[in-house]
Amino acid sequence: MPAPRIQVQGFTACFDGKPAVKNLDLEIFPHERLAIIGPASSGKTTFLRSLNRLNDLDPGFTHSGEILRDGKNIYDADVDVAELRRKIGMVYAVPVPLPWSIYDNLVYGLRLAGVRDRATLNERVETALRYAVLWDEVKDRLHEPANVLSGGQQQRLCIARVLVLEPDVLILDEPCSGLDPISTGKIEDALVTLKERHSIVLVTNNTKQAARASDRTAFFLLGDLIEVGPTAQLFTKPTHKRTNDYLVGQFG
Amino acid sequence: MKVSPATTQRVAVGFMWTLAAITFAVLIFILAFILAHGLPHVTWSFLTESPSSMGREGGIFPMILGTLLVAGLAVLVAAPIGVATAVYLTEYTREGRLTAVIRFGADCLAGVPSIIFGLFGFVFFAITLGMGLSVLSGSLTLALMVLPTIIRTSEEAIRAVPYAYREVSFGLGSTRWQMVITVVLRSALPGISTGIVLSLGRSISETAAVMLTAGSALRLPRSLFDSSRTLALHFYILSREGISMPNAYATASVLIIAILALNLLAYWLMRRFVAKVGR
Repeated sequence: MPAPRIQVQGFTACFDGKPAVKNLDLEIFPHERLAIIGPASSGKTTFLRSLNRLNDLDPGFTHSGEILRDGKNIYDADVDVAELRRKIGMVYAVPVPLPWSIYDNLVYGLRLAGVRDRATLNERVETALRYAVLWDEVKDRLHEPANVLSGGQQQRLCIARVLVLEPDVLILDEPCSGLDPISTGKIEDALVTLKERHSIVLVTNNTKQAARASDRTAFFLLGDLIEVGPTAQLFTKPTHKRTNDYLVGQFG
Repeated sequence: MKVSPATTQRVAVGFMWTLAAITFAVLIFILAFILAHGLPHVTWSFLTESPSSMGREGGIFPMILGTLLVAGLAVLVAAPIGVATAVYLTEYTREGRLTAVIRFGADCLAGVPSIIFGLFGFVFFAITLGMGLSVLSGSLTLALMVLPTIIRTSEEAIRAVPYAYREVSFGLGSTRWQMVITVVLRSALPGISTGIVLSLGRSISETAAVMLTAGSALRLPRSLFDSSRTLALHFYILSREGISMPNAYATASVLIIAILALNLLAYWLMRRFVAKVGR
């Protein structure tokens, strides 16, 4: 195994004093797709939003423990949070194109980072769209409003919008929850090529998706990490009874 | 006796329709009355000439200019302060005692009668700060008066911007300031403009406060420290002192058309805003 890109060590996240993720230890490696499954309020999303410090926006959020990125705790006082969020790119459950053109959506992150050079912008946009399997569908209408795209296209646009920034880690929070099977398939296909360049963390409520589209799977329950292992192994012979119960649909 | 739901429905709708019609009829009546009396006297020379013999003869050009100066400057001063306050209240601070106090203050300020603003402006700007009866005193007083409107409408417009936009912006690596500029203000701009345009209308039509602060000089204002009479005040003086009713109505016509145009502009901006945010 190569050195992990992200090391979570004894990480606890609380909202208004109530823990949502408890004493978590987990590693995220380069070139892997890590799926996170578990029933509602098991801390999946909280964990994801801890990785890019989006939970900081919630005034009731507190945490303890460490999340190391390349050996450095991302919660250290001298960390540039904007830069961190560029490098740990997040895709949300509901695609939210900003009310601008497709192109303006895509270059937004780069413009925030101060990139002005048109050639660079265009090149990054094309690369990102190709990786997100959207290029052929939008290459002739980059300057049309983004919200004319279909739901599936919007979600791939949101993925491309993050890819433009060339993040190390791509974190996706139930990215297919509102999509039809064909759109879902396209996104899962995209993840296969994307793991060549990025680590991928995929939170999903759909255990079948986790089985299809991940290399390792972690099972969360009520803020605890119950177990984590290679996807094939976790789905065929889970070590814990609770994992098995969840997978066969006894609760969830 | 039992009334069927269909009947109550018809009666209720009829009742509300009548009330709405009355509102509209009153508006039309006032407009028609003033325009019928005033428009025949509105000529090109009326708009471009200075008045003579206290406004009995001549035109209203200095008042048009004075109105534009006083109201324009008022909005120019109030808009940045108001929008900044709204941004602070919505994006930079948590709901708490401080925001409650600021909001309560703004609401109280909105409820203060304009003559009180006039009195304050007279004592503070004109006398204490030595600005005298001037365009500057008048516009600063009006700025204070419209400030709560701008704060509240801007706040509403900013709150209407979906929270998800902010998360997306943060997620792509924006600082809070970048987020406010690129996402919040950009999306809320039509709504904010609506509030500003309505405030401009209110500044233009204000009479009591400008009478006490901008004065009622008939000559063309040459600097911000000159006294200047606004259209609304000119109308008031012409009719109150019985100088010339035709000219008073003509002035009122100009005023009312200007306000109507501004309201239409505000309405158009508002529709654009709804279309944008509602999408």
